[in-house]
This record gives sequence, C-alpha cells and structure tokens, in this order.
Amino acid sequence: MENIVFQLSKYIIIIFTTIYTLYCFTAFRSANKVRQRNIFHKQSLLMYLVHFICYGLLFLDSKNIKVVYLYFAQVAFFILVKLVYKLVYKKLSAYILNNMLFLIMISFVILTRLSFDMVIKQFMIVGASFGICLVVPVIIEKFKYLSKLGWIYGFVGLSLLLLVLVFGTTKYGATNWINVFGILIQPSEFVKIIFVFFIASLLSDYKEFKDLIKITILAAVYVLVFVVSRDLGSALIFFVTFLIVLYAATKKSLYLFSGFGLGSIAAYIAYFLFSHVKVRVTAWRDPWTYIDKEGYQVAQSLFAIGTGGWFGLGLAKGLPNSIPVVESDFIFSAISEELGAITAICIILICLSCFVMFINIAMKMKKEFYKLVALGLSTMYIFQVFLTIGGAIKFIPSTGVTLPLVSYGGSSALSTIIMFSIIQGMYVLNQNEVGNSERRKTKKEKIQKADEQEPERE
Amino acid sequence: MNRNQKENNDVLIEENIKSLDKTKNPNREIVMITYIFVGLFVLLTTYFAYFLFADSDEVINNSYNKRQDLLAERVIRGEIQGSNGETLAKTVEDKKGNTSRVYPYDEMFAHIVGRFEKGKTGIESSENFNLLTSHNNPIMMVYNEISGVKNPGDNIITTLDVKLQEVAYNALGSQKGAVVVLEPSTGKILAMVSKPDYDPNEVSRNWEDLTDDTDNNSALVNRATQGLYPPGSTYKILTALEYIRENENTYKDYEYTCSGQGIFDSVSINCYKNEKHGKVDLLHSFSESCNTSFANMGTSLNIGSFRKLNETFLFNRSLPTNIPYKQSSFVLDSHSKKSEVPQTVIGQGKTLVSPFHNALITATIANGGTLMTPYVVDHITNSSGTLIKKNVPNIYGTLMTSKEAKILTQMMEEVVTSGTGSALNGLGIHSAGKTGSAEFNDKQQSHAWFVGFAPTDKPQLVVSIIVEGAGTGSSHAVPIAKKIFQEYFNR
Repeated sequence: MENIVFQLSKYIIIIFTTIYTLYCFTAFRSANKVRQRNIFHKQSLLMYLVHFICYGLLFLDSKNIKVVYLYFAQVAFFILVKLVYKLVYKKLSAYILNNMLFLIMISFVILTRLSFDMVIKQFMIVGASFGICLVVPVIIEKFKYLSKLGWIYGFVGLSLLLLVLVFGTTKYGATNWINVFGILIQPSEFVKIIFVFFIASLLSDYKEFKDLIKITILAAVYVLVFVVSRDLGSALIFFVTFLIVLYAATKKSLYLFSGFGLGSIAAYIAYFLFSHVKVRVTAWRDPWTYIDKEGYQVAQSLFAIGTGGWFGLGLAKGLPNSIPVVESDFIFSAISEELGAITAICIILICLSCFVMFINIAMKMKKEFYKLVALGLSTMYIFQVFLTIGGAIKFIPSTGVTLPLVSYGGSSALSTIIMFSIIQGMYVLNQNEVGNSERRKTKKEKIQKADEQEPERE
Repeated sequence: MNRNQKENNDVLIEENIKSLDKTKNPNREIVMITYIFVGLFVLLTTYFAYFLFADSDEVINNSYNKRQDLLAERVIRGEIQGSNGETLAKTVEDKKGNTSRVYPYDEMFAHIVGRFEKGKTGIESSENFNLLTSHNNPIMMVYNEISGVKNPGDNIITTLDVKLQEVAYNALGSQKGAVVVLEPSTGKILAMVSKPDYDPNEVSRNWEDLTDDTDNNSALVNRATQGLYPPGSTYKILTALEYIRENENTYKDYEYTCSGQGIFDSVSINCYKNEKHGKVDLLHSFSESCNTSFANMGTSLNIGSFRKLNETFLFNRSLPTNIPYKQSSFVLDSHSKKSEVPQTVIGQGKTLVSPFHNALITATIANGGTLMTPYVVDHITNSSGTLIKKNVPNIYGTLMTSKEAKILTQMMEEVVTSGTGSALNGLGIHSAGKTGSAEFNDKQQSHAWFVGFAPTDKPQLVVSIIVEGAGTGSSHAVPIAKKIFQEYFNR
C-alpha cells in the first residue's frame, strides 16, 4: 500500500510541477491583469499541493513527527512571506515571488530528505533572510546616492575578498570561507552584489575610454583574487558578469568578443598553471577512468540522474547521499534522481523564467544605473544556475557553485534572497516612477493647452 | 516663465532626447544577451535529455553505482541466455513472492555467467543494471509500478554456444584447467570453461567450503581470465614473430642443428626428453617445438624491441574486456641479464599469461593480424523479445601485418600436419596451432597447453586450452581441441 502511495504521488508531483512551469510561460500571454492574477493564484495552489504531497511522503518514510511540525511551520512561513511582502513591496511582481517560493519549497523538501538537521538550519536562515530583506525597498527608495558610490563599492568589495584570502579557511579546496564567532560565512556571496553595484555605478556614467580601463583593471583584480583562492566558479561568474554589463553599457560588441577571446586564453593558461583546474577538467572529460578519485563525484552524480530516469526513483527512494557535497553543488542531481528528470527540467525552466522576468525588468528601467544593476544581478543568477547544473550533468567541468535558493548554504541563500529583493525593489520603484511620469504627462498636456490658449503671454 | 514651466520644459527636452534614442532600441544589447543565455540553456537541456535517452543506460550499468538493490525492489531480474536462447540464468518467484536465481546448467557456466548470491560475478555482475532495467511498454510500466507489480527486466543474450561449452566442459573432465573458444572474425566468446567449478545454485549453502578451500581448488577463480600460467612453448609464436621481424630477409635461411641440449648465455636448455631434432629450419624448429633452436634464436634478439612486441600483444597491458582478469606479465627489458633470455624465449621464464589472453593472441593470427575486441553479450531484449541493444563486432587494432599472420599460420599448420599437434589430422578440416608443456616445478611436472584455430583458410574457431599439471600439450590439451572442432564442424 505504502509503495502505491509513493509511486502514484511521484507522477502527481511531476504533473503538478509541469503545470506550474507551463504557467510560468503562459502568464504573460494575456495582458489581462485579472487573468494573470488568476494564474498566480493557481501557481500558489500548485506549490502548496506539491509541498503537501512531498512532506506527506517524507513523513511516511521517516515516521518522524517533527517532519509534520516542520511542514506546518513552513506553510505558516509561506503565507506570512506572501502577506508581508505584498505590504512592504507594493505592486511587487507576484510572478517572481511565486517562483522564489517554489524553488525554496523544493529546496526544503530535498534538504529534509537529505538531512533533517540541515533543513532546520536552512529554514531558519531563509526565514531570517526574508526578514532582513524587508528593508531593501526602503533603502532603494530613500538612498538616491546609491548610484554614485562606484569606487567605494569597488574597494569595499575587494577588501572583503582580500580579508578572506588572508584570514579565510579552506573548504572543498577553495579558500572562500571566513569564521566569524564560530559561524562560517562565505563573503564572496555578498561581494557579488557589491561588485554589481560597483560596475553598474561606474559604467552607467563613464566619460571616456580611460575610465573603462580603470574599471576593467579593478574588475580583473577581483577575478584574479578568486583564481588565487581557488574559487573557479566565482572567478567565472564575476568575469562573465563584468563582460555582459560592459557590453550593455558601451554597446560595443567588440568588447564582448575580445573579452571572451582573452578569457578563453586565460582559461587555457590556467589549465596548465593550476593543478586544481586540471583535476576538474580531467574529471569532466573522463570520469570513468578516474572514478576512484577525481571523477568520483561527477560519476556518482551521473549514476543518480541516470538511475532516476525521467520519472525519478521517488522521494526518499534513491541514494542521493552517495554523491559527495550533494546538498550544495550537486543538489540538482538529487532532485533529478528522486523527483525525476522531468521535474529537474521544470526547475531549469523556472530558473530561466526568473531570468527572463529579471531581464524584462532591466529593460523597463529608465535610469541606466538601475538597468545595469538589474542586468548584472540577473546575469550572475542565471550564469550560476548554468554552472551548477552544467557541472552536475557533465555538460561542463564542475566549478563548485550552488544552485541559488535551492542548495544548502546560509550565505548563498541570504545573498540570493537579497538579489531577488533588490530586483523586486527596483521593479516597484520603476512602476512608481512610471506612474509619476504618466501623471506628469497629463499635467504637461494641460500646460500645452494653456499655452495655446494664451499665446501672447511671453 | 515661472519655475514650474521651466521644469516642464526640461522634462520635454529630456523626453525628446529619449525618443530620439528610441529609433535605435536602447535594449538591443540586453535582448542579445538574453538570446545568448537562452541559447546556452537550450544546449544544456538538450544535452541533459540526450544523456537520459542515449547514454544513461550504459553509464548506470557500472559496479560503482550503488543503486542496484533499489532497482531490484521494482524489477524482476532478467534472464541470461545462450546464443540460441537457452536459459542460463533466470529468476523465479515462489508463491510468497520470494525470488531466487536459478541456473539450469548448474556448474557448467559457473564462471562466465557468474553467480548472483555472495557477491555478483561474471555476466551477473557486468550486466547487473541491464538485467535490472525494464524496457517494456512505458504505459504498462507505469501501470505496474502504481499497482505494485514488478516489471520484468531485460534479457541478456550472450554469444555463448551452449553445445560447445558442454563439449569443452566434458572434455576437461575432472582435471583442473580452462578452455576458451572465440570466433576470431568477430571477437565473440563462444565458450569459457574453468575447472574446478561450483554450483551457483548452491553457492550460499556451500560458501564456507568454497572459501575455506581446504583442497586448494580455488573453485571460485575463473582460471580462463584470472589464472596466470607460464605460456610454455605456445610462447614460441611471439619469439618466432620477433625473429621474423628482426630478420625479414633471412629468416627463411635459418638453420640450427639440435643435439637435444645446449648452453646459451651460460644457461643450459634441453629439448623435451632431450630429443635430438637434428638439422632444423625455423618452420620445423616451431612445429617440433625445438627448445634449443629457439634459445639459439633468442641470443640474437633485440630485447628492447622484443619487449615492445610483447606490449603490443597486451603483456603488461589491460585487456579489452570487462570480464575481471589478471594482467599478463613480461618482465624482460633492455637492462635485463642476458642469462634470463633463453628461458624466456621458450616460455619458461618469468612470463605469465592467462588462457584468455593466449586466445586473443591466437585470434589475432587467425584474423589476419587484426584483433577483434572480445565480447560475450550479443544483444539485449526486453522481456517480450524486442531488441533493445545490439553489440556489433569492434576492431581492437592491427597487431601484425597480414603477411606476418600468414607466415605464422603456415608454421602453426605444420604443427598439426607433421608436428606436436598431429592428433588433429583427419578431422576433415585443416587446423593450425601450437602446443606447450609449461613446467611449473622442479619435478618436471608441466601444464598442458594448446592454442589453435580452424579451418586454416577461413578460421571460424579459436581455442586456448590449459590442463594443469597434466603433462604434454600434445597428449592432454590437443585431444580437447579435437573434440571441440569435431562438435563444431560436424554440425
């Protein structure tokens, strides 16, 4: 009987997740606000259903009553987030909030399955992060000089990185953790946001070529610090983000292409210079020959995905814990193994739809600074998603980055939630400004009419 | 103009400039960037889907994948079958739903098909995931899963010829040893016998006896691939090949007068029973297996290039197979003492080879110099017989020229026509081969070897036979080859 429940619900989860994902892409087909709101409600409902089924299964599997308490705590949390965010972020994008919560819900489910202690920790951090982010729209609205702090951002971010390089602890071969009163923090996650502000601020009002060179040099130092601290994933993310924002700001495709050209040469040299780069590439090219050592992780990930197949082995029915660091870098493989490749592809599509929405917001921004910040943050987000999923399925060498909002990790969760909130905040701000300028337009028309009526006034 | 109006004018100008800009979409670059990322994700997802459609079956069939037992909860392990569909292994379920693995041929396929209990071996291990994967109608599978019925796993149809296996198995009788039969043109493994053996149906019950092994039987070991033996005179094939390569124009003129014994590089070598072969050329040195003549040739060989030749023929190298095996070894190199050479060239030195490896060397000659990758799984079907995957013959590499293969074939033919393998005459087909009597202790006891193939003009069968401690190859290994050839060619 229990088996039937597990097998049947496996397919129901897939169906619900697929419908949810389809809504992500059909919500904008009609401009009708009422219809859109309808869709968002349906999405919410689907999320709660998947959440319910998954926790039901997790309880059946573990028979641990704490799972039930956790479930209700999470439901309360989701409801609270929706209420409070709609109050604080007026006219927020329900679309982004839905996707955010859906990804967090999947994260909670899969982390509960992997380790109960882990999900408790993650749940608290995510909760705190949402609390912290309530101030984001206020900051964006009140502090207008945020766009003027270019070099300050640049040097603050860099000093943080250097601090880690000197005082940091090494974990999984990369020196990017720092111990603050017993809590391991990954400052590079927060430097991401500072970095985007730094380049967006300076590139949004550069005057001459010399300025570009100065900005590029400082950005290059960031990337170099990451390479030295063996954090290849971050090095790549920062590099790509810089190039993309540079290209959007200057509108010169030459910069983009020569940047990627130089980057490829640098990567080639790095392959020969650094043994840790070589190891990752070896493991990617042929994990089977080196299955005992370098290739072990990738091979286990592919076993998980392959054995799970399209429909998955069913929640709690696989062996995701056989993949080293499954909870952070390889969470995608765990999802694919137990919830199925179809669900995994839905996750990819949900991430991609977030990105498209972010880009949408970036394009609507009137102020260049906000536009570039939105673009920079969305690039960071989507490129990180690409790196982690690509690494898990052996499309590219694994770079050891997390799947934002889904992977276990406090720093990553907080910084991603801040990123999403900044974009939400800018969306809200922009909508207000659009509202204002519309009001201004009607005012302007009135004045024009007045001018016509009184031509001799000047 | 009051302040308010001025502000409004500024707004107007600002918006005019903006609308000028709009003739060129200000978001053109951002749109480009979006396309790039969406493109990347299309590639990513396509690769993911491709992996699941095409590669994942092979990937997950790996002994490092620990998810086997999970699949077993939902799939009834498929059958392993002979080349004509004979059941070699199957899973039966009793009324209570308990399953057990049944081997209808008992001990006969114990090593190659392997066992399921007490640590999977053989095909049971290498094809574990395929046996536990069901490729039935997907709707049926989903239906079964939901209703809690196990899906039937796929069947493995091997290249094993049950009749040949039976003949080889009976011919070896109660002696210790191994027989390997290959099809040289494809690399198909037609038979693989190893004795002593055990009954995989009873392996759990007899496990303690098998592992205590008080009789030193090593019944669990697959001697065909994991038994390493001195190659004895069968090794003269490679010595002869090296000599021919080093003396391309003059090897035909080689002559030596055998007096039954001799001293080479301060090592004393004698022919079997000190038989005097008299004046011999290369052909007859080979066909009569004259040790002194080969030791004589050995003194002139370039050991560096000889080592290279051995490595081309997979000594000290991995064999192209996923059947567990022990690596053959050849220890001489250009720094070795001269006194090690004479024993080595007649296959009595430190060189060690498995019967399976010796079969591969012989198959290379039989196939005109090209080694085909050996394989034992012919195809995989789902439980209702629909083909899922077919293995096709695969060239491993050309290890010698077709001319060299021809010369060696002639020499091996002479072994049967007039030499130590003459018991194979009168079969109605021409066969070729090389015997060996590999001494393994000081008491002049020897393992009986025979490697050979038939028919010589278009070889269909390669055999490699060893009988432990039996005596000479001619009287103990050749008769087994004869029975195998008889069975196969009199069909």
